[in-house]
Amino acid sequence: MSAAKDVSVSAMAGSRWRVSEVAFWIVVLACPFLFPSRYLIMTDILRLALFTLSLDLILGYAGIVSLGHAAFFGVGAYSAGLLALHGIINEPVLALIVAGLAAMVLGFLTSFLVIRGVDLTRLMVTLGIALLLEALGERFSDITGGTDGLQGIEMQPILGQFAFDMFGKTGFWYSLIVLFVLFLLARRVVHSPFGLSLRAIKNNPLRASAIGIPVNRRLIAIYTLAAFYAGIAGALFTQTTALATLDVFSFERSADLMLVLVIGGTGYLYGGLIGAVVFKMLQEMFQEITPQYWMFWIGLVLVAMVMIGRERIHRWVLWLPNLVIRQITGRKAAVAVPETDAS
Amino acid sequence: MTTVFTILFDGVAYGMLLFVLACGLAVTLGLMNFVNLAHGAFAMAGGYVCAVLVNNQGWPFFAALPLAFFVSAAIGASLERILYRHLYTRSHLDQVLFSVGLVFMSVAMVDYIMGSSRIFIMVPSALEGQFDLFGVGIGRYRLMIVVICGLLTIALQLILSRTRFGSRLRAAVDDPRAAIGLGINVPQVFAFTFAFGCGLAGLGGALSAEILGLDPYFPLKFMIYFLIVVTVGGSSSITGPFLASLLLGIGDVAGKYYVPKMGPFVIYTIMIAILIWRPNGLFGRGAAR
Amino acid sequence: MTAVLETRELQKSFGGLKVTRDLSLRVERGARHALIGPNGAGKTTVINLLTGVLQPDAGRILLEGQDITDLAVHKRVLRGLSRTFQINQLYADLTPLETIGLAVSERLGRGGDWWRRMGTRGDVNEEIADILSRFHLLDVMNELTATLPYGKQRLLEIAVAIAARPRVLLLDEPAAGVPESERHDILAAVAALPRDVTVLLIEHDMDLVFSFADRISVLVNGAMLVEGAPEAVARDPQVKAVYLGEGADA
Repeated sequence: MSAAKDVSVSAMAGSRWRVSEVAFWIVVLACPFLFPSRYLIMTDILRLALFTLSLDLILGYAGIVSLGHAAFFGVGAYSAGLLALHGIINEPVLALIVAGLAAMVLGFLTSFLVIRGVDLTRLMVTLGIALLLEALGERFSDITGGTDGLQGIEMQPILGQFAFDMFGKTGFWYSLIVLFVLFLLARRVVHSPFGLSLRAIKNNPLRASAIGIPVNRRLIAIYTLAAFYAGIAGALFTQTTALATLDVFSFERSADLMLVLVIGGTGYLYGGLIGAVVFKMLQEMFQEITPQYWMFWIGLVLVAMVMIGRERIHRWVLWLPNLVIRQITGRKAAVAVPETDAS
Repeated sequence: MTTVFTILFDGVAYGMLLFVLACGLAVTLGLMNFVNLAHGAFAMAGGYVCAVLVNNQGWPFFAALPLAFFVSAAIGASLERILYRHLYTRSHLDQVLFSVGLVFMSVAMVDYIMGSSRIFIMVPSALEGQFDLFGVGIGRYRLMIVVICGLLTIALQLILSRTRFGSRLRAAVDDPRAAIGLGINVPQVFAFTFAFGCGLAGLGGALSAEILGLDPYFPLKFMIYFLIVVTVGGSSSITGPFLASLLLGIGDVAGKYYVPKMGPFVIYTIMIAILIWRPNGLFGRGAAR
Repeated sequence: MTAVLETRELQKSFGGLKVTRDLSLRVERGARHALIGPNGAGKTTVINLLTGVLQPDAGRILLEGQDITDLAVHKRVLRGLSRTFQINQLYADLTPLETIGLAVSERLGRGGDWWRRMGTRGDVNEEIADILSRFHLLDVMNELTATLPYGKQRLLEIAVAIAARPRVLLLDEPAAGVPESERHDILAAVAALPRDVTVLLIEHDMDLVFSFADRISVLVNGAMLVEGAPEAVARDPQVKAVYLGEGADA
């Protein structure tokens, strides 16, 4: 059965680690040594990267447009905050997982609403759920601390060993390890038959069901998983900043998230990571010009990206690295080719 | 018992206002399947135009209203020509990104020019206060809104059902491809409808400053309301959005009166219940849009 | 002989328009059954009803004696009712290998497998290889589907449907739009379908129908006009009237 062997080799080719991927993670590892004074912003980037990875799973792979992904981020953030504040679970890693699971439960329950209907209904439902949670948070301000947020969160050392320090070094390595582990998991998932079926659903749901793919069940599964990821990102936020305020649920957070993802590109997992870096750099740059009106610049970037065309921008950006790779290896090699449009 | 009627009346006024604000969105959505989350920005523009004219220039309120309509319509028409029309064939994701970007820009610009605090428009004293009608308290301003919006609704219905433009528009909404086949210039119909819808939103924005409040975050705060109106109401006619607006208005006012602590909860719960029951909206067509 | 696919008084209307009227169809096991009819006869609606894309207003659909009227689209596929699409609905940016892989994974119940990577299951790999070689797609299995010649795409279309191991296969105009030079491959592939697969062919092309079918049903205005052996149908005055009356386009 040499044909079966060929099939196996070809089928596995997609999931093989590329040189550029390894290089990417080496650069990430080098960052703390290159910029030892900037742990806090780097941690910020890692959290955002994880959150965006979560959106990529549903938007880039399954084609679900969400205006309220912050809902799961917020649930994770508050769960972690409440667990630490009331001393229910003191160990951060365990609390992180529990917070992620809380978001996951919410994701599972709301997925039934999201998979119904068309894009517009999805937009409204996702936005509505985030707003609903924000309203809930205000209503039960005795639990959530209202607009002031949770006060006086003190984090215990990770695994009882590594205490959070004021420079954010522990927080950085903690976030990086969490991000990397969850990235590996996501990478595994998208290269599995399950991940392939998501791409099929995204491209043509009718055809997917005619092949025998249970479309709704797959969408529920990936939405639930993405909620878990977002919850973990939110919990990391609370744990590394000792903060949880109601703006974790805000629409701006969900909208920024989409911008981060489309900057980096959808559907190849690294989009969220690259987008987070670019976004934070843009943020620093614009906030130096007009700290108050940062929103204008986000808006301008969004409009410009769409008008110019996201794919075209990615081609421009990839032109240089691809040229370098071609020169070195002498073959055609794309650094990372983002998926075509999510519709 | 009379409070019930007052609530009902306030709810109807609120609902009709929402309808004027959102009906343009419903029609353009049905026509081009374009997801425009920036609709509220045009309403805000109208509101601020009216506020500047009345408060700073000393225009009479009723003279400023038409101008609010025309300025918003003009902004809508030019943005449609310059930006929107390139995006009709793009994915919904692109449309969402683009219109959210517009919202953000409008919020920051208005904040920059007008400041971030809530703005009040000085209304004529004849519209202040309320009077009793069979023991039911009727706000004068709200009565005016019901009258204006009611007339507008009737006018819209007449335009749609009686005029040549209306029949072209209905044909285009029903089946854009067939309409093109019949020689109807769908992009032109769309451009006009878009501008007109923006104008109505601007008028609604001017009228709503008193009731909904007007600040730079208006387009964000009411985005969900517009979405509810078009998803629950469907976009195949204006009757659906109209009924959805009334339902939303009455539900919101009643919710805030009877269970004030639950905040916007009531509305979202109703909305979710409706969508579980009918995913394509209460009055939507069976076919997915 | 027993009916493997059967409809009983199927009804469907859109608005006030009745597009399927009291349609009772019996497809015998192992048959090569063709469903023909002039444009607008409601053939596409019948396929959509059979596969579950549309729900009938009344009537039942039976697959091997079991009622499948209320089953979801993908469940019918797993029960053994598979279809091809008339217009190209293949995944343009997947390869034939991935496309077939999707169908095979679902059939073997591995489609929800999120932990194993593609290509690591022997049973799935062997079946993919088997189908690719049967449909002469092995040499192009790693090309993007969008870049394949049209004839190859049509072959892939049939291959995907067969990968679900159907007991009944609905072929929706398998040779539509295929250039003359590549037509032979499609016809050969259709002719080579295993005899244990029952085929319901929905077709415009009379040459193909009469060379292939052993039984023909004629659909007119959503209702069954005539059913019988090809020779009988060809002689039937009603059928002649419909086709000659409607012009030569059918």
